[in-house]
Amino acid sequence: MTNVTFHRVAEATALGDGEARHVEIGDRQIALFNVGGSFFAIDDVCTHAFALLSDGFVEGDIIECPLHGGKFEIKTGKACAAPCTEDVKTYPVKVESGAVLVGIPAS
Amino acid sequence: MTAIDAQAQIVIVGGGQAGGWVARTLRDQGHAGAIVLVGEEPHPPYERPPLSKGLLLGTAKPESTQLFPGEAWTKLRIDHRAGMRATRIERSAHRVALSDGTLIDYGALVLATGARVRRLPLDGAALPGVHYLRDLADSAAIAADLERPGRLLVIGGGWIGLEVAAAARKRGRDVTLVEAAPRLCNRALPPDLAEHLATIHAAHGVELRLGKTVTRLEGQGRVSRAVFSDGATLDVGAVVIGIGVQPNAELAAEAGLEIDPANGGIVVDDNGRTADPAIFAAGDVASHPNDLVGRRIRLESWENAQNQAIHVAKAIRGTAGGPYAEVPWFWSDQYDVNIQLVGLPQRWDRTATRGDPASGTFLVAYFDGPALVGAAAFNAGRDLRFVRRMMQLRVAVAPERLADPQVKLQDLLKPAH
Repeated sequence: MTNVTFHRVAEATALGDGEARHVEIGDRQIALFNVGGSFFAIDDVCTHAFALLSDGFVEGDIIECPLHGGKFEIKTGKACAAPCTEDVKTYPVKVESGAVLVGIPAS
Repeated sequence: MTAIDAQAQIVIVGGGQAGGWVARTLRDQGHAGAIVLVGEEPHPPYERPPLSKGLLLGTAKPESTQLFPGEAWTKLRIDHRAGMRATRIERSAHRVALSDGTLIDYGALVLATGARVRRLPLDGAALPGVHYLRDLADSAAIAADLERPGRLLVIGGGWIGLEVAAAARKRGRDVTLVEAAPRLCNRALPPDLAEHLATIHAAHGVELRLGKTVTRLEGQGRVSRAVFSDGATLDVGAVVIGIGVQPNAELAAEAGLEIDPANGGIVVDDNGRTADPAIFAAGDVASHPNDLVGRRIRLESWENAQNQAIHVAKAIRGTAGGPYAEVPWFWSDQYDVNIQLVGLPQRWDRTATRGDPASGTFLVAYFDGPALVGAAAFNAGRDLRFVRRMMQLRVAVAPERLADPQVKLQDLLKPAH
């Protein structure tokens, strides 16, 4: 297991159920989601073409890319609808003292 | 509906986006038999949208357009007959003749022959420096000419012409665009949005000539001058003609399959099947019933080429599980403006505008009585997704609620309590 550093990215109350937010940690672009009260983080850039998934359409635990309608599972990063065939990276998330923290592996 | 045997040989005619997705989905769905893909171009299947956008700007490379890059393509084990055309279907013998004389047997045949550009019967249209845009070679030739000095003349104010004009302006070329109709995107946009789009292009320095035509192109060894219907002349360095496409339905017609007189496409049912149970069609060439639109349609869109193809492959495997019916969706990128359209509204009596058109970010929805029949979004793709879902689910929406920025679109999707 590589070392992971957690970064504070948002207040937990800032993101309602079914909402998404774009966050940047270093040069990583990350999409943060609230799905049913739990937080998840995945790479924000679609694996098919340049678009930010955090601008997309959330339905349950699926995010639909705003550009071409490809879909990913928010909890696993798995590509689940064409044209996307390559998964997006996921990041560990924890909530501490009302703040959402996203874990980035040490490079 | 019986599925085609998993060991059968399946022949796909047409190596574009639709053909590629049929092949891939057949494998994803467990088809074990041979898959033959017949394509005129030398390349494996690729996506066409970047041809009029990133490839002209130099921000995308030709190899990035490949539908299934590298190993993803080889893993599909496709018998790819590149540089080949299908010349004849022998329906009773279940085989297809290719341009090299080969005969190939099929258990199922998918016609994904797409469309070809409409040619303009114009003196001088064959001169070097005069281009059409449909494939990678066309795009590369236009990109090379955008490196040359001289004004670019675009003939045709539809999506292709506008995207080429935008790319050429971004690359610093002078651009004149001529359109025979009095406004841009005559078939796709209502007058006010066509006007909005014209304003965007004018602001970016495109000289628009609406309601005009070119009568002749001239040049010694290469195009250098255009003559207009009003007698005006224009010195040009290159010309791109984008006046639409027509479906490649001749192969089907000669085989006795029904062609839709309204749109020239191959008539298929809601599973993409023709009247011949072993022959299917998908993509630009297929005329299919669409219950959500309320009529038979033929779509020239990236998304339909993908999704109808996926559906046809599933129908062949017996896993389609329902009819193919989606709300038509289309997008275009010009400068920093992303335009998205849903539905194919033919008439409407009310509109609802969400956002301020002056801000550049807004959406207009079209209502025919109480029914939401379409929408157009400028830099508002996310909002458009909600509207599309409303149409797909046939959710009743009040125009004033849709126009109210205080109302969250996702709340309009929730069933009323």
